[in-house]
Formats: sequence, C-alpha cells, structure tokens
Amino acid sequence: MITLTVNGAEHKLDVDIRTTILDALRDHLGLTGSKKGCDHGQCGACTVLINGRRVNSCLTLAVMHEGDEITTIEGLGEPGNLHPMQESFLHHDGYQCGYCTPGQIVSAVGMLGEVKDGWPSHVTGDIAHGGADLSNEEISERMSGNLCRCSAYPNIVDAIRQVGTTGKGAV
Amino acid sequence: MDDQTVFKMDEPVGETRLDTAAQGLIGKPLDRFEGPLKVSGRAPYAYENLAGDPDVAFGYLVLSGTGAGTIRSVDTSAAEKAPGVLAVIHDDNGPRASADPNDQRPAAIKGEVVHFGQPICVVVAETYEQARDAARLVKVDVETKEGQYDLLANRDRAHKAQNGAMQAEVTKGDFDTAYANAEVTLDVTYTTPSQSHSAMEPHAATAKWDGDELTIFGCYQLVSTNVGQLAKTLGIPKSKVRMLNPYIGGGFGGKLGIGPESVFAAIAARQLGRPVKIALTRQQVYQATSRRSDTIQRLRLGTTRDGRITALAHDTITSNSPGDEFFEPTGISTVFLYAGENRQITHKLAELNLLLSSSMRAPGEAVGMLALENAMDEMAEKLGLDPIEFRRRNEPEVDPQDGKPFSSRSLVQCMEEGAKRFDWANRPKAPASRREGEWLIGMGMAAASRKNLLQQSSAAISLSSDGRCVVSTDMTDIGTGTYTILQQIAAEILGLPREQVIVKLGDSDLPQAPGSGGSWGANSAGSSVFVAAEGVVAKIAEKLGVKPDEVTMKDGTAIAHNKQTPLAEILKGETITVTGTFKPGRTFKDTHQASYGAHFCEVAVNAVTGETRVRRLLTVAAAGRILNEKTATSQCYGGQIFGIGSALTEELVVDTRTGLLVNHDLAEYHVPVNADVPQLEVVLLPERDRIASPLAGKGIGELAICGVGAAVTNAVYNACGVRVRDYPMTLDKILPGLPA
Repeated sequence: MITLTVNGAEHKLDVDIRTTILDALRDHLGLTGSKKGCDHGQCGACTVLINGRRVNSCLTLAVMHEGDEITTIEGLGEPGNLHPMQESFLHHDGYQCGYCTPGQIVSAVGMLGEVKDGWPSHVTGDIAHGGADLSNEEISERMSGNLCRCSAYPNIVDAIRQVGTTGKGAV
Repeated sequence: MDDQTVFKMDEPVGETRLDTAAQGLIGKPLDRFEGPLKVSGRAPYAYENLAGDPDVAFGYLVLSGTGAGTIRSVDTSAAEKAPGVLAVIHDDNGPRASADPNDQRPAAIKGEVVHFGQPICVVVAETYEQARDAARLVKVDVETKEGQYDLLANRDRAHKAQNGAMQAEVTKGDFDTAYANAEVTLDVTYTTPSQSHSAMEPHAATAKWDGDELTIFGCYQLVSTNVGQLAKTLGIPKSKVRMLNPYIGGGFGGKLGIGPESVFAAIAARQLGRPVKIALTRQQVYQATSRRSDTIQRLRLGTTRDGRITALAHDTITSNSPGDEFFEPTGISTVFLYAGENRQITHKLAELNLLLSSSMRAPGEAVGMLALENAMDEMAEKLGLDPIEFRRRNEPEVDPQDGKPFSSRSLVQCMEEGAKRFDWANRPKAPASRREGEWLIGMGMAAASRKNLLQQSSAAISLSSDGRCVVSTDMTDIGTGTYTILQQIAAEILGLPREQVIVKLGDSDLPQAPGSGGSWGANSAGSSVFVAAEGVVAKIAEKLGVKPDEVTMKDGTAIAHNKQTPLAEILKGETITVTGTFKPGRTFKDTHQASYGAHFCEVAVNAVTGETRVRRLLTVAAAGRILNEKTATSQCYGGQIFGIGSALTEELVVDTRTGLLVNHDLAEYHVPVNADVPQLEVVLLPERDRIASPLAGKGIGELAICGVGAAVTNAVYNACGVRVRDYPMTLDKILPGLPA
C-alpha cells in the first residue's frame, strides 16, 4: 500500500511495483486526463507536474513517489473555472482532437516556470546575462517534447506566449 | 412521432438563412463546443470509460514475429499459468489488421501470417501489467515462407488494380503518339515511402456485454460502418451492437475501419462475462492497424514550346497485403487539375507481405501531388516559365477528362493571391542563388486540389419551448470541429444563441451520418442539420400561419409580418423534433466538384549539413463557405504540417529481409515537432458553391495537405539546386548534390 498526493488530495493505493504514475492515475484513481500516447516518453501526452517540475508520467513508477506533490490537468482547473493556460488553449484553438492537449497544457505551465527560473534552452542566446525571452523560437524549442499530430503547433505557441507575457488566458 | 424531412440536391440552392445570417454565427471563429472538456482533461476517450471499475479486465495483444508463414501452433500454457491471467484467446476469426473501411469486416487470421506484427491472440488479466507480462510467455510457432517485402523489387509483378476510390485506369485520346510528337517532354519517376497516420490516441476499445447486447466504447471515424464490421466479425446482428465514440484522439484515416482492439475486446468480454479494455501500444499501432502505401510514380509531360500540355501520363505502382485490394489513388487530382487532350492515368497494385494499406489523410492527392506538383515545377524550369504562369497556361475551362463544368474553381485566384502575399516576384530565380551565411535560401510553390465528396446524412433536431435545442447524429468529431460547426448551423438557422444548442455525436443510436473521412463530414452532416433545422422552421411557420420564407429566426424569437414572437409563446410547452436527411443528387453528378488552393514555401538548406528548415509557409485556399474560420484554419495548419512531415522526415522503414517495420514508434517515425514548424499562414478566400451543397461549402479537412509537400521540396530545389525524387528529402539525399 502506498500513498500518493495528487492535486492536493491523498490517495491510498495498492499497486503493482511495475505500475507507472500514469497507469496509477488512469486505471486506479480514475484521473484519465493524463493521456497515454506512447508509454515510452516519446510524445509527452502524459506530462504531469511532480513537485512543480514537468515529468513524463509513463517513465516513472508510482512506488517511487510517496510524499511527492503530483499535479495533473484535472488539478489545474475545470470547466467553469479554467486555469489561464487552459483558457488560452481554448481561445487560441491550441488543440484539435484534444488527446495531446492535457500534456501540452501541463507541460506549458511547467515550462513557463523553467523560463522564470532562468533555465536556458538549446536556442537561448547569451546565458551569461539574464534568462530567455518568450520568443516563438524559445517556446517551440521548449515544447518539442510534446507531439501533436493534428498539428496545432502555431496556435499552441500563441496560447503559451499570451499566458507567458500577460498572465491571462482570456483574449 | 418525429417528423422526417428529406432533401435531395438536384438543383443549385439559392440564398439561404446562412446568407442572411440573422443570428450572425455562421463562419465566425467561435471556440470549440467541446473545448472546455478537452482542455481540462474531462473528455473521456475510448479506453477511459469504466475507469476504476474493478470488474474491468485488461487485454494485451500478441503479435507475430515473422513476416510470412503458416501458424503451426500457439502455445498458451505458460501464459495461462502466469499471475492474474484470466484467459488467452486465440481466435482464427480475429483480424490480422484494422479493416479496410470498404470491406464488410477485417480480413481474418485464418491460420496465416501475412505481415510482420500481425495480431495472433490476446492475453487477458486482472491488471494491465499482468497481461503485458504474460503476453511474452505465449509461444507462436510459424512455418515461415519466403515473403515479399520490397515494392521496388516487386514492381514488375504488380497487377492492374481493381476500381476503388477512383477508376484504376483513366485515359483519353492517344497519349503515346502525342507524347512522341510533343515539342518538349519530361519523363521522371518519383517514389514515396509507406507512411503512418500516427494519431496521438493509440487505438483502444472498452467492451461490455449485457446479455447478447454489446456496448463498445471505441475510437472510430465511421460509426455506422464500424458497427456493421464489428457485428459481422462477431456473427451477431448489427442491432445488438451499440458503439459510443464521442471523443476520438485523432484519426487521419487510421481509424476508418474497425480494429483488432475492438474485435478482441468484444470476444474476450463475451468469453469472460466481464468488461474488457484493450489499448494497443504505440508499437502495435504502427504494426497492426494500417499504413499509407508506398508508391512508385512515373510522370510524363509533353508540351508545346510555349508550355501547353498536349500529353500527360501518371502511372503508379502501389502495394497492399495479400487479398487486400485498396490502392493508393495517386492520380485522383491528375485527372482534372490541368488541361491536355491526351491523358493516361493508371494504377497497379503489388502484393506484399506488409501491413494493410488503407486511406490516410487525402488518400491519393497527398502523395500523388508530391509527384505531380514536382514534375510541374521541373517542366516549368525546362520551359523557362514561372511555375505559376505554366499552371495558368494549362488551366482547363471544364473537366479535361469528361467535359463537365466545374461547380466552382478558384485555383488561379489562389495562386495570384498567394504570389502577392508571399512576394513571389522577388524569389531567387535561379537555384542556389541566394545565401545567408551557411544557409541557402529558396522558394517554391505548388497547387492544391482535393476532390469534393458528398454523402447521404441524417440528423435530428429537437427544439423545446424554452428555446433549448439538441442536435443529434452518429457523426463523429475527430478533432475537425464537427461539434462546433453543427452547433453554428443549427443556431444560425433557428436564431438561437449558441449556448442554447447542444450537440450529441458519436452514438450509434442516433440518426445515421457518413462519419469523418474524405473531407465530406462538414458538408454532408452539416447539410442534414441544415435540412432538419429548416424542417423545424417550417413547423414554426405553420403555427404562425405564414410561409417558411416569410419567417426570420433571431434571438429565440420568430419574426414574421413585422411581428416578433418568442418561441415560448409559439410552442406553448411543446417540443418540436424533426429528423432531416440530406441526399446528394443531380448537381453532384452533373458537375465536377473540388476544393482548390496554392501553397508557397520558403526554406533554408544548410550548405554544410544539408539540413532543411522551413522558414515560411503560406496556403491560400478556396473551399466554398467556411463554416468556422478558426477550426477551418486549424485544419489547414494540420494539412500544412503533415506536408512538412511527408516532404522532409516521414517514412516507415521496411527491413526488406523480414518485413519488420523498423521504426515503429514516435521516436523513430519522425512526425514534425513544434520546433520543425514556423508560424504558418493560411488565407481562406471567400467563395460560395451553391451547386456543391445547401451550405455552399466544399471539403477543407484535407485540402491543405494536397501539394504542400511539393511546395517544400520545390523550395529545396530552388535553394540548393538538388532535386531529390525519392521522398522524404532527408539530408543524406541532399548532401551529395550540394554546391561546393
């Protein structure tokens, strides 16, 4: 029996040691917002925040995360009370089929935190003097671990830039 | 008893309530109807139904590890003894891949292995981990035989394809003589590899039986067709299957036919007497569902010295697995896109031991126009003509094959608008003539065309006294925007705020629509909603004692003879329900219908590494009335990005010794990622096609993928002078030809 803290609530779970965080969420806790697109850390659809940092939840086992704070798409907001990033994806049409979308949104929230903390990316120019700005190139680079086959990339970039620069999701 | 109303499109439709647009909703860039559920993770996809239900068992497929042979035995004894295993089900009637959507059922295993990664059996256990583990213990003994895995090596064994999405052979005049006599000729052969749809949601199904009635939560694009395929495979009446597909994580053709996940889940759930879920792994999706065929395409163009086409041939060889007759109809647009008196368009099919080849986004055009639009670019250069001018000189006045008038055709307008916006006049005229540091800069263009398809469709509308409206049909939304555009059509015609219109989709109990495929969805399902809504208006008019065309519907009221009456007052507690059916008619037969566009691309090719970066990409499209500017634009982005993938990175690599699809996951099959895509531009030209449908629209979902890859590779040629005729244009193919 392990205890997982998901979106602020504690859950006691009896899981197989082979069970990933992703499968614990989807098959045991009924939190199906985090998606399984590849189960190999190749697509990003399963992205959750663990202690505020974005993680592919298919690549880490549930038994390794007692005491960690796990945040899923359900924990960010809900219809009628959306998180600014969810609202911005809605308005910018940063999704089509919706399957990669929770991962994109959670990843985007985690990514803005990384930028705020001054983490550089592959395309960041001079890392000796201040952090990265939120150019389209920076956002695209930092979001390239989240695949979208419907190809909403241009709108995803717009949605994230709006939240990153204004803090607001609504247009 | 509901009212039924039927409309057959035998004559062009004049001005409609969509033109007067009293409510002002049609065409507007509204946010998606189901958006709040999707962005908050609350829209349940197939696998996610019955989540947390302890009664659910989990299935895991076992696939073949050989490419061709006869199954001697399947030893399940070790797997059956593994912890948690409930059953190992080996059913010879099980599918060897997804179904071709045109077939009544998926081809059955029947003791044979016809391709590497073919489903063999399913292990069902209490948990997913247990099923996955036990699946490794199943021993499949196959008497192997020599398989055929290589299209190039089998090109001479190809046979004439059976007529399918188009006739396998379309000819006119005398191509050979005209080509022999042409003043300028071009004879080039292009090859394209097998491709994978790679929708983000892996194929999944949740099956549950109540007595002899099956409920299947699926991920399929064509509900009614798929219910039929599943029932046929299980040997039960269609009426005993209820399919629910309200949310589908992408399709692109990969979910047009019922798949092994549903058949095995249904068989296992029936045998065990409890619900069973099966989600294919990503690797299984690549190997056990379907693919787009690889192609060899020979293009021959003969012209006069001033660039008028006199002879045009497009001869294609495609592949499919034994017994599967679908062929990739690469020549579908070649039939009508350009003028020329002497024409020959043929398709042959080679039987290979590879996964089923079936429809993938814009079957035919998507890879056919890679070849055609590259050849047009090559010929334009040979003639010394601007590629736009060459196309303009070959713009046909009527369908060049059978002389039918076009219902609408804005190709030239799209090219001209695009050229202006893209500053085409200032492109580098000679290849490899513009350089920025180590990057060679080039521009290319291509035409887009996608044949317009239209299907019979039904939808029901209920309008209650309080002004609430429910639109219901078994139509699907695979990310295309169906929910939203059907809401907009109903709200516009009935004069209701959009919030008052609810849309229910993807349930086989609802009126039958043709599903999502071939870009016919919005026009077909939308027309049935149009017909049903007009039926409701007619009822209201009757109650007011006026003619339907005397009524204006707006803001929950009906306005007639200068009197505005709230719906509550007219309906007095009654609910009106009308089922509308739309049928294609004479206008579809009497005209040639297609959507058109033009793509313009700027690339940078690295002079040292051969790497290509797409810097700008513009698509100008004309597809009749646009129902929602936002979702239509997103569809075009999707097509453009699919095109970047097919031009530069996407290829299913076949190990020609074994038939293994080597790169069967998302790390190795390279779909474009965010950083591969610049900010794109899409321009939708105003157009109304009153011959095509009551909505005056045409298909748009696949238009933008048609030709776009050729705009990319034409730009690559313009940038660096290397013309690669073997897609995708990866850097290893470009590097040897780069200027010193």
